[in-house]
Amino acid sequence: MRPEFTSPSSSSSSSADRRLNALVRHLATASMVSQTAVAFSPTSGFHGDSVFSHVVRAPEDPILGVTVAYNKDPSPVKLNLGVGAYRTEEGKPLVLNVVRKAEQMLLNDKSRVKEYLPIVGIAEFNKLSAKLIFGADSPAIRENRVTTVQCLSGTGSLRVGAEFLARHYHQKTIYIPQPTWGNHPKVFTLAGLSVKTYRYYDPTTRGMNFQGLLEDLGSAPSGSIVLLHACAHNPTGVDPTLQQWEQIRQLMRSKALLPFFDSAYQGFASGNLDEDAQSIRMFVADGGECFVAQSYAKNMGLYGERVGALSVVCRAADVASKVESQLKLVIRPMFSNPPIHGASIVATILKDSNMFNEWTIELKAMADRIISMRKQLFDALRARGTPGDWSHIIKQIGMFTFTGLNSKQVEFMTREYHIYMTSDGRISMAGLSSKTVPHLADAIHAAVTRMS
Amino acid sequence: MAIRRAMSGRIMDRTAVVGARYMSSWWRSVQPAPKDPILGVTEAFLADQSADKVNGAYRDDNGKPVVLECVREAERRIAGNLNMEYLPMGGSVKMVEETLKLAYGENSELIKEKRIAAVQALSGTGACRLFADFQKRFCPDSQIYIPVPTWANHHNIWRDAQVPQKTYHYYHPESKGLDFAAMIDDIKNAPNGSFFLLHACAHNPTGVDPSEEQWREISHHIKAKGHFAFFDMAYQGFASGDPEKDAKAIRIFLEDGHHIGIAQSYAKNMGLYGQRVGCLSVLCEDEKQAVAVKSQLQQLARPMYSNPPVHGALIVSTILSDPDLKKQWLKEVKVMADRIIGMRTALRGNLEKLGSPLSWQHITNQIGMFCYSGLTPEQVDRLTNEFHIYMTRNGRISMAGVTTGNVEYLANAIHEVTK
Repeated sequence: MRPEFTSPSSSSSSSADRRLNALVRHLATASMVSQTAVAFSPTSGFHGDSVFSHVVRAPEDPILGVTVAYNKDPSPVKLNLGVGAYRTEEGKPLVLNVVRKAEQMLLNDKSRVKEYLPIVGIAEFNKLSAKLIFGADSPAIRENRVTTVQCLSGTGSLRVGAEFLARHYHQKTIYIPQPTWGNHPKVFTLAGLSVKTYRYYDPTTRGMNFQGLLEDLGSAPSGSIVLLHACAHNPTGVDPTLQQWEQIRQLMRSKALLPFFDSAYQGFASGNLDEDAQSIRMFVADGGECFVAQSYAKNMGLYGERVGALSVVCRAADVASKVESQLKLVIRPMFSNPPIHGASIVATILKDSNMFNEWTIELKAMADRIISMRKQLFDALRARGTPGDWSHIIKQIGMFTFTGLNSKQVEFMTREYHIYMTSDGRISMAGLSSKTVPHLADAIHAAVTRMS
Repeated sequence: MAIRRAMSGRIMDRTAVVGARYMSSWWRSVQPAPKDPILGVTEAFLADQSADKVNGAYRDDNGKPVVLECVREAERRIAGNLNMEYLPMGGSVKMVEETLKLAYGENSELIKEKRIAAVQALSGTGACRLFADFQKRFCPDSQIYIPVPTWANHHNIWRDAQVPQKTYHYYHPESKGLDFAAMIDDIKNAPNGSFFLLHACAHNPTGVDPSEEQWREISHHIKAKGHFAFFDMAYQGFASGDPEKDAKAIRIFLEDGHHIGIAQSYAKNMGLYGQRVGCLSVLCEDEKQAVAVKSQLQQLARPMYSNPPVHGALIVSTILSDPDLKKQWLKEVKVMADRIIGMRTALRGNLEKLGSPLSWQHITNQIGMFCYSGLTPEQVDRLTNEFHIYMTRNGRISMAGVTTGNVEYLANAIHEVTK
């Protein structure tokens, strides 16, 4: 059956049309390649016909493809710098001690059952998550102007927030920085928003294109949604300074642009939880509204447990309450209620001051190791006299570094030195160790001097 | 006071000296009175108002939620696990493999031929939603036929996926059974190539399932019209106590050559409710197509939650891949199913013993967590007001809330409002 593109009979809203158009763009490629359109009738041979015969294989996820290639490589010196998950000095994944402790506590508590959570998740988890990101003394929390709902890590929080906006907000366009995490555009598109970009990264300086950012946000229609990386921008590692954040805030508020923060690295960037939440708190302090997607994947090492929270800061308490009721209507037909395990661990840790302190120490250790890798790589390149300015390695922050290497150089490094990274030149500092820094430095040096 | 003095004057004189201590010992031997039959029941009893009952969480004979022993053991084994890394977008391969065996058969050729595109999903809801999104993307002209009645969230799911929906006849109020003729008519009258949502077993909320013969006929007519059969199987093992038996409808469709889709959930049959563990599978023509379909399902999952939660999946794969644990699970699931079946028998038996003029056959004909009692809204209101028994006004009883301790009381109450 050849897919045809008619408007759904149930709705003629422009958001539905936009969503359809987005899907048309996806499908147009598919159907151009498809050879197996089957005319569907009851007389055609039953056994052979699937209504999904025309479905073509989707392209590999470029980031995950790196790990696939890495796994295939038999070389003993291979390095996986594509992975966005923390690794120890020994190159191993890490479960925090405090997380193990929390898990044991939960396991030993025989009174715990595995019943359904409420649609919005664990109440305690939600409250503690709001406190964590907005600060315990946040006026927004005190005034009950925040609604927080448990979601599936950062991705899930972004998606639920975006679906809500697509349904209830008057502006259906979201501006995302260029570049940004590869999954962002799809999350927003499938939620029914239309996606535009704003300039962010300057390849010539390997820093911020601040002028471009101000111009692009300045010319956005009033009320547009703007995606902001709260800290440790993924993939560039380039963050605005506090002064620049203040300018961004003023500009956005003057144009009633709605901030949607993606906070995936709180505590992981600088090593300090409050410092990494500064940008968000600045916006909340002016009394305005915003959306915040929080993830515990990296900072608590809970990756696969899918723990996150979506917070919506509103002008008034009754608004927050109404917003929450509508968020539930988004969540229920998506997954009914969120998974209990990871959020229980987080709540256990956040509510116990000793465990909370333990966590901050382990978190700082992870952040410090990354910062140390930055320093070591920078020093190693300087020692080799590698041409170019490599100071961006220590200026950028968070898990990733945008090296500035081009795809040809990346390909060379993979081929000759068994370094696996995404073709945009992004490396995960988490994948480095003191032992492997020299090898990477050699590879970069060779790539820069032999390939341009 | 005068009577007292007359009856126990001398005792009172004696006790006056010893005082309060002696007085208190008068009452030490008094036993607590039996619980007030009305107030003792309260809202916990058969209540569909609590979230648990609305979602149908199982309760044991003491009315308590249950964590299966096999689940506790699995959790002990996986605690202190190596890491909590991301699962692949399609979820735990091991969990999915074991889950497919349950639905398609332990030695299914279809599994061996790799013709099934399958991904881990967020319980039954997530599996249905992923399928609905997939249906919208790749069969954008199609519509879904949903039975009347059905789990309310089914409507929400396909609506949010923007798939137009229609309904088909299912429950027959007069017989409190299946409206089979009307159902077949609806199948025949639907445009060719429509999508039909079928409850594989233990229909929610009616408990009314087609018989094996009826399933064969349903399969025949769906095939004749080239419709797509999508099964929501939320109660495998929980309905009859035998997972193989509960998968019969699906096996019939597979024998008949349908390319079906299935949403599977471990919420009830493993008691993993809050872990959100399930699986979506789509049977394809061949391995190549299954690979393509799976990749597209992943493309829909990625912008929704990236990859599914690991904990519940680990519990499931730990249990199902260990023969002893799996055997234990099968036993525990049978206990749950048997208890519910036992309560159905007891409720019906009690009503008949009371000499009710009505037929209560449907209580034992129906299967699974819920019973469509046939009570009218007015009768339900009387149950609430006079007997403090709570149920939804469509007369749906959550059998999970019935225990040996309260089944007689329930039968009495129902008899009172229906005689």
